[in-house]
Amino acid sequence: MSRHGWTAAKVLGVAAFAVFVALLPRIFDARLGPESAEFRTGQFTLVAIWFAALLGLNILTGYSGQISLGHGAFVGLGAYVAAILSLGRPGLELYMLDPPSWLPIGDGMRPVFTIPLAALVTGLIGLLFGFPALRLGGVSLALATLAVAVSFPIIMKRFETVTGGGGGINLNLPETPFGWDISTRHWLYYEAWVTAGVLLLIGWLLTRGRVGRAWRALRDGEVAAISSGVNPALYKTLAFGVSSAFAGAAGALLAIEVAYVNPDTFPVSLSILLLASAVIGGLGSLVGALFGALLYVFLPIYSEKPPIFSFDFADQAPSVVFGVVLIVIMVLLPGGIAGLVKRLSALVRGGWAARRTSQPGA
Amino acid sequence: MLGVGGIVAAILAVLLIGLLLAQTEDEFTWGAYGQQIASGLSQGAIFASLALALVLIYRATDILNFAQGEMATFTTYIAWSLMNHMPYWPAFALTLGIAFVFGAAVERTIIRPVEHRPEIVVVIVTIGLLIALNGLTGWLWGAEVKPFDSPFSLRAIDIGGVTVTVQDIGVFCVCLVTVALLWAFFRFTTLGLTMRAVANSQDASRLLGVRVGWMLALGWGLAAVLGAVAGMMAAPTLFLDPNLMLVVLIYSFAAAVLGGIDSPLGAVVGGLLLGVIINLLGTYVDFIGGELRLPSALAVLLIVLLIRPQGLFGHRVVRRV
Repeated sequence: MSRHGWTAAKVLGVAAFAVFVALLPRIFDARLGPESAEFRTGQFTLVAIWFAALLGLNILTGYSGQISLGHGAFVGLGAYVAAILSLGRPGLELYMLDPPSWLPIGDGMRPVFTIPLAALVTGLIGLLFGFPALRLGGVSLALATLAVAVSFPIIMKRFETVTGGGGGINLNLPETPFGWDISTRHWLYYEAWVTAGVLLLIGWLLTRGRVGRAWRALRDGEVAAISSGVNPALYKTLAFGVSSAFAGAAGALLAIEVAYVNPDTFPVSLSILLLASAVIGGLGSLVGALFGALLYVFLPIYSEKPPIFSFDFADQAPSVVFGVVLIVIMVLLPGGIAGLVKRLSALVRGGWAARRTSQPGA
Repeated sequence: MLGVGGIVAAILAVLLIGLLLAQTEDEFTWGAYGQQIASGLSQGAIFASLALALVLIYRATDILNFAQGEMATFTTYIAWSLMNHMPYWPAFALTLGIAFVFGAAVERTIIRPVEHRPEIVVVIVTIGLLIALNGLTGWLWGAEVKPFDSPFSLRAIDIGGVTVTVQDIGVFCVCLVTVALLWAFFRFTTLGLTMRAVANSQDASRLLGVRVGWMLALGWGLAAVLGAVAGMMAAPTLFLDPNLMLVVLIYSFAAAVLGGIDSPLGAVVGGLLLGVIINLLGTYVDFIGGELRLPSALAVLLIVLLIRPQGLFGHRVVRRV
């Protein structure tokens, strides 16, 4: 198949996937009882949320080659921004909180509008963090971002007049806005997937062109990239900003979905597991982020009660599996699941190509 | 690298700023001030041990081992199990032996295959090890907090107006004796010299017939021993749970960076200094209090990385094309 043929196949694949995602809740409704349909729809809402977050992490780590152990903190930041903005000052005061008067938090708004705002605020803070991060390559950056991940829950607990401290903030229960005639469960599902879809589009547009080329050049050889005229400060900071904005949007979705934010939802282990999921899913591949999200949501469930074995593992088993898989992937399959899929498809393609070229000669 | 004068100046600056901060208290006493420094040194000795473990591995292989803390926790749990069957010190010694074998085995089996791969790969592998060991510890021993015996009493003694617990002195001494033994090993034995040669240049050592792979494994073993000491010293006050050393690891990262990530002396001085700094800040700055100690250690880490990435004792890295 020609190059254009493959692009067309990719577009078709994405379109088919979009249709599948759009129909999935209806499939659940038709085949499962009302309760388990709702439960499954909720699970796949979470897949969309973590897909959005992992897209951001993959842009940072997979494309621009900067390790972040603090992505969970940026997701948390987005969640807090969404919670605070959707309640607004009157809402927070209702919970006996006392946000300082200079903080521009408004009087409350529809949760769905907080998603772009959370992305914006988190993205800006990410940009600010990106500046010092520039000077730190590799391991130092991993350490600095780990510092952010560890500090985030502590800082959220400390500034309790805005964040509600250890108790967190309850959001208003979600409901379908604009008088649309779908159930709230379905609304949350479509809201999350549409957001993830928009982010996927943005990510694709960014990574396929000039910016993506600059990122990959910096990742694969910084000095060579600089001598070819790539501005490292600009592109590295940009990667940080974009990835934090994605995390912020994901955090807002999460806050709306669970209607609750709490410092302990965003521990350092969240950041570490997100990095693990991004790596196992496949670095440097946007589809890899989807595999990573599926893994993040379903691996803990299935490794606690594996479908094949009849006995229960303790709830620690998922981390053991995650850790071991992470090491094995890094040793044997650096491209992750997405890399494996690509290799297999290349194998198939190679087979076809070989057959085609061998025919005329034969 | 800073000269001796610079180091002394840095230490004096910390003590002096601490003293100035202490003056803001309503009732300042020299005794209380000294007590904060003493308990800072005791905690700092634990950070110093783990920081030294990180530096040992970093010097030999350019790897920052994110799993160092979890390895320490794991061996501390082994010590806990052993202590149910035997007295403290034999269990302590046996644990060190197990930790050594464990550390060397980790290097041989998990790190070796990715040794020459890009930095990001190695970092992710050590993070995988962190996740797996953390889960394994919880799986084998349960997630609930366990009390851990201390060989030292909590009795307070008075040294020149400063009240210090025997526990604090004991922890400080055990950590520093371990560090001193390690220093003597690297300074006075042929094996230690060989390991330093490997850390300097793997290629040159290999040409001279040194079995580089085994020396690296030995280094990982020694680092695991240091971690085990830190874990067993930290467990009585922090209590034993699967996340015991994660927090200590982060303090130790900060300490290692403060001292200079490639300097063993720096790790020890950085650890002690950081222990004192966070104790003074936590006690005398109301805004920080007990809760923001960890973030303030991390602020130290960030500031050092930005202003002086080579730390107090480290060497400036020149990037090659």
